[in-house]
This record gives sequence, C-alpha cells and structure tokens, in this order.
Amino acid sequence: MSQPTKPLINENGVRTDGRKLDELRPVKISVGVLSNADGSAYIEQGKNKILAAVYGPRESHPRHLALPDRASLRCRYHMAPFSVQERKSPAPSRREMELSKVIREALEPVIFLDQYPRTSIDLFIEVLQADGGTRCAGVTVASLALADAGIPMRDLVVACASGKVDGQIVLDLNDIEDKEGEADVPVAFTPNLNAITLLQMDGLLTIEEFETALKLALDGCKRIYSLQKETLKAKYVVVKEEAEAEAQ
Amino acid sequence: MASTIISRIKQRQIAQLIAAGKRLDGRGLTDYREIKIESGIVERAEGSALVYIGKTEVLAGVKIETGEPFLDRPNEGALTVNSEFVPVASPEFEAGPPGEESIELARIVDRGIRESKAIELEKLCIVPGKKVFVVFIDVYVLNHDGNLIDTAGLAALASILNTKMSNYEVVEDEVKVLPGFTQLPVVNYPIPVTFAKINGQLVADPGLDEEEVMDSRLTVTFEKNGKVCAMQKSGRSFFTEEQVLEVVKIGQQKAEEIRRTVV
Repeated sequence: MSQPTKPLINENGVRTDGRKLDELRPVKISVGVLSNADGSAYIEQGKNKILAAVYGPRESHPRHLALPDRASLRCRYHMAPFSVQERKSPAPSRREMELSKVIREALEPVIFLDQYPRTSIDLFIEVLQADGGTRCAGVTVASLALADAGIPMRDLVVACASGKVDGQIVLDLNDIEDKEGEADVPVAFTPNLNAITLLQMDGLLTIEEFETALKLALDGCKRIYSLQKETLKAKYVVVKEEAEAEAQ
Repeated sequence: MASTIISRIKQRQIAQLIAAGKRLDGRGLTDYREIKIESGIVERAEGSALVYIGKTEVLAGVKIETGEPFLDRPNEGALTVNSEFVPVASPEFEAGPPGEESIELARIVDRGIRESKAIELEKLCIVPGKKVFVVFIDVYVLNHDGNLIDTAGLAALASILNTKMSNYEVVEDEVKVLPGFTQLPVVNYPIPVTFAKINGQLVADPGLDEEEVMDSRLTVTFEKNGKVCAMQKSGRSFFTEEQVLEVVKIGQQKAEEIRRTVV
C-alpha cells in the first residue's frame, strides 16, 4: 500500500467521493429480479453492481456431495471480466475461491440447513461492476436472494467494511480507498443473533484502531440492515395489493 | 470442515472439559502446544524451515527467481505464497489441485507477510517496471494435527528469515551472479494466532480433535509492534463482538511469546 499522491481525505474531513468519514455510499437494493432463479436480488452500492441468484433446495449434483443431515450450501462469488479496470480472466481466481468460502460461511449460521437434508442450495454472486467492498455487498445481496427463495433463515445477514484511510477510521471504503488506504476490515453481521459471521482484515491497525473500526463497521451493517428489511417487505406489499385486486 | 469421524463420546468429553476450563491433552485454554523450529533443512532451496506445533508439521521452502513486477508495483519485488496439503499428511488429503482450505491458508499466510511488510520488496527490484526478484514461499503440510494456519505462518516466517540470495550485479538489464550470498531483507515478523470457538468457549491453538468439534475459528496475525496486520474468521458459526475483542487482546500477548521462539 503505497503513499497516495493526492490526499484521500481533505482538511474538512471530506472523502474523494464527497462523503463524511462515517457515511455509507448510496445503496439501492431490489429483490426478485430474475425470473428463472428460485430467489434473486440486485444491489448497487456506490459504483458496485452485484447480482445474486439462488437455486434450490434441489437435488445435489454430483450426488456424493449430498450431506446426510443437512443441505449443503454452495456458493460461487465471481467477477465479470469487464467489472474491473484491467480485464479479469473469467476463470475462478484464488481470491474468488477464498471469498466464495468466507461468504458461504457468513451465511451458513442463519440458514436452517437441517430442514433439507441431502439437497443442495446453490448461490451465485456475480459482480458486474466492482468498486471496492464487493464481498460485503455480495453478502448483503446474497442473504436477500436466499430470503426471496423462501429458504427459512434465523435472520438476514448484512455486511459492510470499515478501514483506515489517511490515518483516519472510515466506513464503507470505495475502490481507491481500498487500494491506497492503510487497512480494510470487512465484517458481516446478523442482528438477531448478535453475531459476526464474516471477519477479515488486512493492513495495519493498533488494537484500539481495530476496535473502533469494528464498531463503525457494525454500525454501517445496522444501517444497511434496515434497508434490506424494507426492500424485502416492499416486495410483499406489492404481492398483497395484487392479490387483493384479483379478489375483488 | 471436512472431518475424520470421531466418536460422539469424545466430542462431548471435549466440550465438557472446556466448559470446566480444561482440555483433552491437559493444556490450559490459552496454552499452545510445544513449538519447535528447524531451519535450513532443504539445501537446494534459498531458504527453508520445518515447524512443529505439537504433532502438526509444516515445511516451508523459499525459491527466488527473476520475473516481471506487478503492474501497480513497478519498483518492488513480488511475493507469492502457495500451499500444498500433500496426501502424506492426513487420510483426508487427496492429490490434485489445491482445495479451498489450502487456498485460504496460503492467502492468510500471504496477507500476514505482505501487510506487515516483512520483506523489503523495494530492495528486490532489478530493472524498474521490467525485472524484479520474485520470492516464492511454498508451504508444505507434512502432518496434520490441527492449527495448520499458525504452523504454516511460523514456517513461512522462519523460512524467509533463513533465506540467502546469491550476490549479483546488473549488466545491461541482465542479472549476473557473483560469488557469495546476502540475507533476504526481512524487517518484520508477523505471527498468526488462532483461536477456536467450542461450545461458546475460546481455546488457543486447536488440535485436530478440537477442530473436528469447533464451531468456528478466528486467526489474528500480529506484527512486531503488536499491531494487527491480518485477520480471518472461518467455519460455519460466528463470533460475538466481545469474543473478537477477547481474541485480539489475548492473541497479542500470545504472538509476543511465540515471536521470541522464532526471532
């Protein structure tokens, strides 16, 4: 992480995209965006554009991967070749394989997998445009796609990163802050269980800075969580209105 | 976690012992198993180290070659960490391309070394933008008895501390090898510390049987000044905020103790 040529935070505490230190980027979410998938959702967070689709519970292929006591959650996080500045090879990279694993493990604690033994639930996250913080936005949108698929869950999972930029702890890093900043702390949280289900960190932070960053990320999570819930409820308001109109 | 089958009795026993503040092998909850380090055991490699934590055994080897720098780091040498779960190490390991566990492990070790700036990569530039030294750290798991991450992190660190490069001069953008050797410039010492959560309790340095019954694990890597430089939660369960902060606090002391055995 080299020293940036231009400051990422100006003397008034304003960031390159005009945000304050503890401000989220604009978040837009919608659910039920794909007709073939059992559940789907789409998120825009800053310039991130990410699509998630869920298929299942369905029969496991190949069969030997089926678990006798629960459904197996399979997760693929993938970036489109055109989602970043330099074309990314479409083959899964080591980074994508690691992120697929940590995202899966961020979602598993909330899903009642034991209700669907021997099946698989397949979750696909496609990053169409990346702008820093794609794993977090990926978790947020994936948990909505799972809910949209009607899979029983203890709660939604929501994720947000915090980090250190120009010596200050900031919320929801964008691409340049992620690349040139001093630290990045992605966190996934599930409010009902008061549980952190994804936690990673790279960079350099004192214990005190880490504690501040963790609290800030959790605060960001809680703000996105209310958006998530509104989006999901809004879909069923529409469904209810349609049903009522039909009944008349 | 893919797991060998252990009896439910043992599973219950581990959980009950931990609830009483004890462990199957007599350790305290935050105790590590014995750590042993043997450096320089592979002469063909530029650096190497075999590290034991208890019966877990990991060999790391360093090879240095010339190559191209990363586009965004034209004046720095490159670092690559790879890990192999070779089938000699466990009945669970199979030959073939690396699985996600192995990729995750390599990336955690990589982050620790990279983010702490353990190797002075600026000193490994040969021709800016064109040619640099590439440091390959290959982590070979030889025997799996739990806590591969910490063992691999220590092995990687011990191996770079043990690495010698041939002296060279640059003649018309080519490297000409000169007699003698120089130590690879290593200036920081990242130490990963892993805690498992079993029945809501935190235990350091989980053994294999503890990993079989753990809910989740959290690895925190500390650099020489006690700052956190990498972190990774994995496993199918979660941590509370308080548990995370507890791991960070105890982990910092543990890392300091362990660092004294390596450096």
